[in-house]
Amino acid sequence: MAGEAQSEGGLVFHPLDQFMVKPLFGEGPVQWYTITNVTLWMALGVLAVTAIFVFGSRGRALIPSRAQSVAELGYGFVHDMIEEVTGHDGVKYFPYVMTLFVFILASNMLGLIPGSFTPTSHIAVTAVLGFGVFIAITLLGLINHGLGFLGMFWMKDAPLFLRPIIAVIEIVSYFVRPVSHSIRLAGNVMAGHAVLKVFAAFAPLVLISGFGIIVTPLSILAITAIYALEVLVAIIQAYVFTILTCVYLKDALHPGGH
Amino acid sequence: MSTTTTEVAGAAHDAAKAGMPQLDIATFPNQIFWLLVTLVTIYLILSRVALPRIGGTLANRKGTITADLAAAEELKQKAVAAEAAYNEALTNARSEAAKIIAAAKADIQADLNKAIASADAEIAAKAAESAGRIDEIRAGAMAAVETVAKDTAAELVGALGGTADASAISAAVTARLKG
Amino acid sequence: MELEAAAALGKFFGAGLAAIGSGIAAVGVGNIAANFLAGALRNPSAAGSQTATLFIGLAFAEALGIFAFLVALLLMFAA
Repeated sequence: MAGEAQSEGGLVFHPLDQFMVKPLFGEGPVQWYTITNVTLWMALGVLAVTAIFVFGSRGRALIPSRAQSVAELGYGFVHDMIEEVTGHDGVKYFPYVMTLFVFILASNMLGLIPGSFTPTSHIAVTAVLGFGVFIAITLLGLINHGLGFLGMFWMKDAPLFLRPIIAVIEIVSYFVRPVSHSIRLAGNVMAGHAVLKVFAAFAPLVLISGFGIIVTPLSILAITAIYALEVLVAIIQAYVFTILTCVYLKDALHPGGH
Repeated sequence: MSTTTTEVAGAAHDAAKAGMPQLDIATFPNQIFWLLVTLVTIYLILSRVALPRIGGTLANRKGTITADLAAAEELKQKAVAAEAAYNEALTNARSEAAKIIAAAKADIQADLNKAIASADAEIAAKAAESAGRIDEIRAGAMAAVETVAKDTAAELVGALGGTADASAISAAVTARLKG
Repeated sequence: MELEAAAALGKFFGAGLAAIGSGIAAVGVGNIAANFLAGALRNPSAAGSQTATLFIGLAFAEALGIFAFLVALLLMFAA
């Protein structure tokens, strides 16, 4: 770690400090009920969602206001997505998918406020989301189609001798789904924030050494560029998580492809 | 490097050295608990309040647009119908006017014919009367010529020194006049 | 002590090697985007309906890069 090699006034690299879960009031161990910064930023997320989707849509105007347009845009976006991917019978799961999308988007975007905390950068959070989707969809498939759901792993189109091999691969990839689903989100968010922090750590170099004249503007430029990329990633990852949920939901509703 | 991670979550620097905060198992129950609370809250807010409202607004808007389009279509149909009615009325009025004109023409022609006929009759009568009068005048003039001729002949005979009785002269003049 | 230093060195080497995986994933993501763009320019009318497929493909390719990044992080901070 570079920070340790420097003297007391040197550069400090703690790119992962921003992910610390700390009690909001006082010190001490984090119990399951403790009010932490996780609580704070999730609550802010709920507030943001409420502001846009409840107060924004309050007018119910035929010609929408700005906030109402945003709410309707989000609604239409997820609604069209789920209808396009899963078909008409998937629309009844729209509120659940919308909840996931809105939570991930709100927490990603709020996490981009400097000094904030990002719940979706934590594997514990995204794993609950990912495995929640996985378990819910597996149960849904088994309830809807019974053992016919398992036919999804038995490719009828493939040559007979290949089918067991394909079935093994399919089953493994099925069980890897929640892992990649959750780690993709957490990893993307975490990586972006850590990179921002690393560049930010280079920024005060001008106070310490002569190299800073070159390094500091470059690092500030890099922070700006990475920040823009992170805004994009925040939206795309929410979209990707949601659309993968829709794809998995389609498998549960129509196993075997069609 | 492998310091125990569990008890030091509160102190920033120690924990940072200890590793990734994401892998600090001690904070998992806390995060999962608050995550579930948040998800349930968002789900309730969305499914109870926001989504039905937005869905209603969108459906309402769609309905309004459809109704407006239908109304516009209806108005257009009405305008087309009104135009057709107008054109029909115009055609009717034209043919009516043509009929009236023809009738008026016929009337005028009849009147004209009558007037011409009466005028002709009048002219014929007047012409006959004039012819009668001319004959009368001519007869008168003939008689006067005979008288004048007889008188002139008697005078001429007297002036030449002859004497002739009136009846001989008269017979001679009459014979000459006829001759 | 020697052993510990060697272990620390090995961790950082491993993390660096794992980070190569992120770069390879970047190649994959670029490949997907390039092929999508080429296809979209050939048939622009079909491009709009395939955006979702594009993003799903990007997500799968990127997930493996993220795995490599995760391995690097685990080696650096957790192992």
